[in-house]
Amino acid sequence: MSFKDVLMPFTAWKNLFIEPVTIKKPDQIQGASRYRGFHKNEVDVCIGCGTCEEICQNAAIDMMPVEGIETKDGDSGLRPMIDYGRCCWCALCVDICTTNSLTLSNSFKWNSTDPDDFRFIPGVDEKYWNNDKLGYVKADGYDLNPVERVEMGELHPEERDRSFVEMVTGYSREQAQKEADRCVECGICTATCPAHMGIPAYIKAVREDDMEEGLRILYETNPLPEICGRICTHKCETVCAINHKGDPLSIRWLKRYIADQVPSDKYKEILGTDKIEGNGKKVAIIGAGPAGLSAAHYLALMGYSVKIYETLKGPGGMVRYGIPEYRMPYDQIDKDIDYILSLGVEVQYNTKVGEDIQLEELGKDYDAVFSATGLHLGRSTGIEGSDHDKVYQSIELLRKVTLEEEIDVAEKIVVIGGGNVAMDITRTLARLQNKKYGKVNVLTTCLESEEAMPADEEEVIEAREEKAVIDPGWGPQKIEIEDGKIKGLHVNKCLAIFDEEGRFNPKFDNDNKKFFEADMIVESIGQGMDISYTEKIKDQLEFGARGRIIVDKKSFQSKLPWLFVGGDIIEGPDVIHGIANGHKAAVGIDTYLKDK
Amino acid sequence: MLKFENDRSKYPEKNADGTNIIDLESGKFLKIWQGPIHPGMTGNMSLELIIQGDEIMECKTHVGYLHRGFEKLMERRRFIQCFPICVRIAVPEPDFNEYCLAATIEELAGIEVPDAAEWMRTLLLEMARLQSYLAWIGGQAGAFGMGIIGQWTIWARDLVLDRFEEISGGRIYHMHMPPGGVRSLLPYGFEGRMKDTLDKVSQIMVDVERVMFNNSVFKKRSVGLGYIDPLWVEEYGITGPNARGAGIPKDVRKDYPYLKYGELDFEVSLGTDSDAFTRADVRRRDILTTIDLIRQIVERVPKNGEFMAEVPNVLHWKIPKGETYIRSECTRGEYGYYTVTDGSGYPRRINVRGPSYTHAIALMERMAINLNISDTAGVMSSLHTYPPEVER
Repeated sequence: MSFKDVLMPFTAWKNLFIEPVTIKKPDQIQGASRYRGFHKNEVDVCIGCGTCEEICQNAAIDMMPVEGIETKDGDSGLRPMIDYGRCCWCALCVDICTTNSLTLSNSFKWNSTDPDDFRFIPGVDEKYWNNDKLGYVKADGYDLNPVERVEMGELHPEERDRSFVEMVTGYSREQAQKEADRCVECGICTATCPAHMGIPAYIKAVREDDMEEGLRILYETNPLPEICGRICTHKCETVCAINHKGDPLSIRWLKRYIADQVPSDKYKEILGTDKIEGNGKKVAIIGAGPAGLSAAHYLALMGYSVKIYETLKGPGGMVRYGIPEYRMPYDQIDKDIDYILSLGVEVQYNTKVGEDIQLEELGKDYDAVFSATGLHLGRSTGIEGSDHDKVYQSIELLRKVTLEEEIDVAEKIVVIGGGNVAMDITRTLARLQNKKYGKVNVLTTCLESEEAMPADEEEVIEAREEKAVIDPGWGPQKIEIEDGKIKGLHVNKCLAIFDEEGRFNPKFDNDNKKFFEADMIVESIGQGMDISYTEKIKDQLEFGARGRIIVDKKSFQSKLPWLFVGGDIIEGPDVIHGIANGHKAAVGIDTYLKDK
Repeated sequence: MLKFENDRSKYPEKNADGTNIIDLESGKFLKIWQGPIHPGMTGNMSLELIIQGDEIMECKTHVGYLHRGFEKLMERRRFIQCFPICVRIAVPEPDFNEYCLAATIEELAGIEVPDAAEWMRTLLLEMARLQSYLAWIGGQAGAFGMGIIGQWTIWARDLVLDRFEEISGGRIYHMHMPPGGVRSLLPYGFEGRMKDTLDKVSQIMVDVERVMFNNSVFKKRSVGLGYIDPLWVEEYGITGPNARGAGIPKDVRKDYPYLKYGELDFEVSLGTDSDAFTRADVRRRDILTTIDLIRQIVERVPKNGEFMAEVPNVLHWKIPKGETYIRSECTRGEYGYYTVTDGSGYPRRINVRGPSYTHAIALMERMAINLNISDTAGVMSSLHTYPPEVER
């Protein structure tokens, strides 16, 4: 200790001449630009997936119904309510938010004498920080769950462009588990799926590598997993929560993965369907398509004796006769259907109801009838020249391909239509041309612009990879015929498809014209139904828009109590709706026959 | 005339086995409790003291006033959900918990952290060290009646917390090191503001050195107080400045370099006298080292690039069976997490090794003997213990 030690402390007196550092008005301080303050939520962007609730370790978040927000496809209708008695502002809810709608503001002052005030729904309840520009948001490059899809292996365009071998190769176990890992288990997919499949549950089974459990979950709601795992229109993926910030889960491919892993001879053992006790009642089903097979499956499990009447010589309906083999291989269709038939379901092929057998007879012979005859008629554009015999319907051609009938494939083909069926026929014809001529010359055109085309994006990309030309946005005007031979198709630029009232009424730019050369034209602009078999009982049924039979939406029962109608002729064209209809109709028939 | 007995070694009288004969009924002894309200900056723990006059004869430490059961809570949380709660284990210095937890999870899950994230973590840990030391000086000075030092350093600490707020959005619980990396890189213009802050802190440290370390009152009270025998270091598991004050160069940053410490240039500060003054001086020099380290890190931390490794979906992240121990050097010594996983989505066991546990419970009981009761707060502060970390 020295004299210095006595004097040194007095240097503290210099602070007398320094400005005070105390902040005079602390209530005016704002948090830093990344401050983790009070919650904000863009309610219109939020889909109520509940992932924030799931990750919150303090259980500070509850999903609540909110006035003015309706439950719909892709939106649970719920919004997060936050309890500031429990919240610790860790912002994991912001990081995991699938839509990036939940953020934090940089406000942190909130006084209230009522403890219940501190429970609020961000974005819905009026709060002064709702318009704060600053605050914590998830940084780019920081993700707590992978947002990129595991790529599905596909055959190279050159390997597939002249063959009908299945082009998608399927996931390996590692790939499937990695993809299944991305699921946040929100269940928005389940709500949207027409069949309400237990999607998060079977994805969990993939993660846990429990294929038997996965198969059981699939068969609870869908007896055609191999088919749906390949060609389902996957509305589930469209609404998938992850779709908002990355690629949606490959729900369809994961379903296919489960079904592919289990050999067909194990199905009965796994699903516990070795012995089914009959209940002595009989149900007839018209049409062995997805809806009919689905109804047959569930009815057979309930003990009904089921017989299907099918016009064509094989089962599967549009799945077999409308979808090309490179997308839906026949052996996989057979795997699903053989299992259903093994439950005791009978099928009588080559029998057309209305011609070979009458519907009223079925009504008398059976306790109930389920009709799912599908949309097997093509629609014509009706333009000049469309009655030429080289103008085909896509449905008709696709059926011929499956039946292995001869098709006179021309060298230059134009396809009219922008849906998935148009892509199917385009790619089928491209393959056939490639086989016959060694080159492809198919052009597909449609009214819709590239963005508005109803076909799946990947279908369009793959068709182009196979060297088909897709030129959307043109309206067909006239088929040029010279000396009885088709020369080509005149088209005008399409400006709008619907008029101001939303009706189909395309507008064309008559100055912007094109001519597509062709020897053969295929129309693929929609499908129609043939329900002439109902002719004799017509007055006992009710018909709605576009001649569709009106049925009860829950049981699919028509005005005639013994007649149930479903599938594409009610809610089509779509395989998963058909399966869902079949299931509901089976339950409806069961309820009806139990009460009887 | 009162007559004072200068030879105090015969009090209290001893049994044959060397234990004290303490008869509270005799009127010669008094039992008092210090705490569990904060004695200085040391948090909620209490000392059960038996005193004779103003001299402590026996001391029993009591903890349990802050037990929140975090280790158990974490066994019921998914791995990512442990991340926001582990910070609360050591309130004034949460970042070491974040780092240790993240590092154990990363090691067990086999995740490689991007380079930028390692730099960011090093920066955050050094900033945490700086702000924690600045708070400690206030406590140490306050325990000897020098309130003004605390006012200066708490202001300086707030400047550091401002920088934390800029990076992470939080002042105390930064929660910026999730398993896999960090949540973001430095904000725009951070380097300049950090430099400004460090300049201000350095200036405060000059004042602190003058007013506290060159202060006859502080010296009079702290020199020779709270002696830690170098032999106790192994016996009690003493680490950090408490060991370094006794001349034993224990520093995890040097002994087992983690993150980017192997690439940084710094010396471990050592003392010889092992008393409260020496330990305070070791910490003061540590602050200067930390300021220098932060300057080095800010220059080298990447401004862009990847800062988060790809992690599986954290909502159902399962980590393979395994166990590991990760240590880091916090302001009080070796801070470690021992994590055991069993292949499920939850940790099987997480054990937190906080240096305060050894320092505050066993060591304090030994050091308190023959201490003047007015010095206990100063000795506790000089051990730099945090009860929240003892209790967990």
